Amino acid sequence: MCAKPVRKKGPSSIKKYDKELLEHFYETMVKIRYFETNIEKKFLAGEIPGFVHLYIGEEATGTGIMSNLTKNDYIETTHRGHGHTIAKGADLKKMMAEIFGKKTGFCKGKGGSMHIADFSVGMLGANGIVGGGYTLATGAGLACKMLGRKDISVVFFGDGASNRGTFHEAANMASAWDLPVLFVCENNQWASTTPYLTTTSVEDIADRAQGYDMPGVIVDGNDVFAVYEATKQLVEKMRNGEGPALLECKTYRIKGHFVGDPEKYRTKEEVQKVSDENDPIVRFEQRVLEEKVMDRKELDEIKDRVVKEVDEAIKFATESPEPDPSELYQDLYV
Amino acid sequence: MREITFSQATLEAMQEEMSRDSNVFIMGEDIARQGGIFGQFKGLPDQFGSDRVKDTPITETAILGACVGAALAGMRPIADMHFADFMGVCMDEIYNQMAKIHYMFGGQKTVPMVLRAPDGLINQAAAQHSQSIESWFMHVPGLKVVIPSNPADAKGLLKSAIRDDNPVVYFEHKSLFRMSGPVPEEEFFTPIGKAKVVKEGKDVTLVSYSLCFNHCLQAAEMLEKDGISVECVDLRTISPIDKETILESIAKTSRLAIAHEAVKQGGVGAEISAIVAEEGIDYLDAPITRVGAPFTPVPFAKPLEQAYRVTPEKIANAIKGMF
Repeated sequence: MCAKPVRKKGPSSIKKYDKELLEHFYETMVKIRYFETNIEKKFLAGEIPGFVHLYIGEEATGTGIMSNLTKNDYIETTHRGHGHTIAKGADLKKMMAEIFGKKTGFCKGKGGSMHIADFSVGMLGANGIVGGGYTLATGAGLACKMLGRKDISVVFFGDGASNRGTFHEAANMASAWDLPVLFVCENNQWASTTPYLTTTSVEDIADRAQGYDMPGVIVDGNDVFAVYEATKQLVEKMRNGEGPALLECKTYRIKGHFVGDPEKYRTKEEVQKVSDENDPIVRFEQRVLEEKVMDRKELDEIKDRVVKEVDEAIKFATESPEPDPSELYQDLYV
Repeated sequence: MREITFSQATLEAMQEEMSRDSNVFIMGEDIARQGGIFGQFKGLPDQFGSDRVKDTPITETAILGACVGAALAGMRPIADMHFADFMGVCMDEIYNQMAKIHYMFGGQKTVPMVLRAPDGLINQAAAQHSQSIESWFMHVPGLKVVIPSNPADAKGLLKSAIRDDNPVVYFEHKSLFRMSGPVPEEEFFTPIGKAKVVKEGKDVTLVSYSLCFNHCLQAAEMLEKDGISVECVDLRTISPIDKETILESIAKTSRLAIAHEAVKQGGVGAEISAIVAEEGIDYLDAPITRVGAPFTPVPFAKPLEQAYRVTPEKIANAIKGMF
C-alpha cells in the first residue's frame, strides 16, 4: 500500500537548470498570462462570445507539468484549459481564432473556449463537463499500455471536480490496471463560487491517492521549479510501467470563475494579497534574478517576443472569417 | 444455408474483426471469465487473450469513458454494457463525450467505437433490467444506432459497426440471443442506415425492429387469414433513419403501422409518424397506428409483464382496427 502523500519542496538552488529550460518556463508562463489578459479584455469589449474561464495565477502548474511531456503524451483539460493548451504547444493563432468563433480555429468555430482541442500535440480536448476528463484520460493511458508505447496520459482537474464520482471510477481502473495516467489536481481553492473546504471531505486532495494505492504528492503549484521536479519523478516512474499517480498543486484562482463573474463570494483584499505575494511569474523573475541565472534584459526580450506572438494571434483571429452557415452539418459524421 | 444463433452470429463478427485488426478490443463486466452473462463472448478470451477481452470493474462510466479515450489514442474499442438499462450510469460519456467529440472539435478526430447494449424483456427481469431505451439515442446527433432482429443482421450490423469510424450504439435484444436463423458462411456486411422490406404486402406497411419485428411477421401471418396483406419493414438502423424505404412502402400500401417493445410515448414510432406526417401524408388513406408498451416502468409479476408486453396478437388487433 502506498504511504500518505508526500509534500515536495522545490530545489534549493536553480543553478543546475539549462538556460533553454529556464527560458521555456518563463516564455510559457508569460505567454499564458498575456494571452489570458487579452482574452479578458476582448471578452469584456464584446469581441468574444460564450463563456471564458481564465487560468491567470495558475501558470506555473501547467508549465511545470507540460515541460516534462512530449507531443506523443496526452492531456485532457478542462473549461479552464487555455493555459494547458498553450503549454502543450498548440498553435496560438488557431487557438485564438477558435475562441473568437472563427472558421480558422482548431475546431472551425464549432467548439469555442471550452472545447478547444489540438490532436496534433496530444491535446485531447478541453471538457465543458466538470470531471468529464478522468475516464477519457484513463482510456488514453490504456491505449498507450496496450500499444506498448512509453507515452503517458495526464488529466487536469480542480478541487471542485475532485468530488465527482468519475474520479473514483477512473482512479480505481487506472490503478487496478497499472495505467500510465497522471491525475493532476490544480487546487485553486475555489469550486466555481464555493470555497472548496466547505464542500470537500479533505483539505489535501492528494490524501485520496492512498485509497487507490497510488503515490500522492503535494507541491506549491505557484513554484514552477517545484512542479517541474515533482512531475519529473512521477513521469519517469510512469514511463517505466509503475502505474498512475496523483499530484496536487496548491495554487489560487486570481480571476473570477468566468469573465464577468461579480465575485461576491470573496473579498478584493484576499485576491490582492495573493496577487501581490504569490504571483508565479513574479516569483520566477525574483528567483532567477537573485540566483543570477537570467538577467532583466533576457526576461524582457522574452516578454517582447511573447507580446508580438500573441498580438499576431489576435490580429489573425480578428481578421479571420466566421464559418459559413452552410458548414453547420459538416463533421457531424465521418 | 447453415443456421446459427444470434449469439453465435455476434461472436463470429467479433472473431472476424478482432482477427483482422489488432486494435479492436472489447471490455465490460463479466465478459472474460464468464463469457458474458448471455454467453455471447464464450471462447473469445481464449482466442484473443484477456488483454483484448477485458473484465472491468463494475463501473459503466469508466468503461465507456475509457473506450472513448482509447479510441482517441488509436484503438477501436467495443464497450459492453451488460444491460442496456445501465447506460444511464454513463450517459454523460455517451452523449456529451462520445457523440460530440468529432463535431465539437471540428472533425479533427473520429471516435471509432461500438457500444453493445443488451436490451428488452426477458424472464421477468423487472424495471431496471428489461427496458428498451433506443429512442433516447436517436435524439443525439453524432451517434449511429443499430438494432438487429435476426442472426444474419446481428452479424452484418456488428461488423459494419466495428468498421465504422463513427460511434455506433448496438442494441441486441436479450431474448434474441438464442434465436437461430440462416447466416451466410462467407463474409458479409449489413449496411448501417438501410431498412429492409422483409415481407412484401399491399394493404398496410408495418415498420418495426429488434425482437418486435419477429412479432410483426407473426402478426402479418395472422392478418393474411383475415385477408389483410401486410408489408413488413425491418428498420435495422434507427439513426440515421431510412425514411426513403418507409415512404416508398406507404406510397404502395397507403397505410402505416409502427410497432415496438419500447413505451409508445416519445418512441421511435413517434418520430416515424412525424416524418410521414411531414413528408408522406398524401400517401395515407387512414390514420397512422402505433403499437408500443404502456407508459409505465416494466413491471415484475407475470400477469403485469404480460399486460405490458407488445405481442403479435396486440399488433394484429391494432392493424385490424385500421380497416
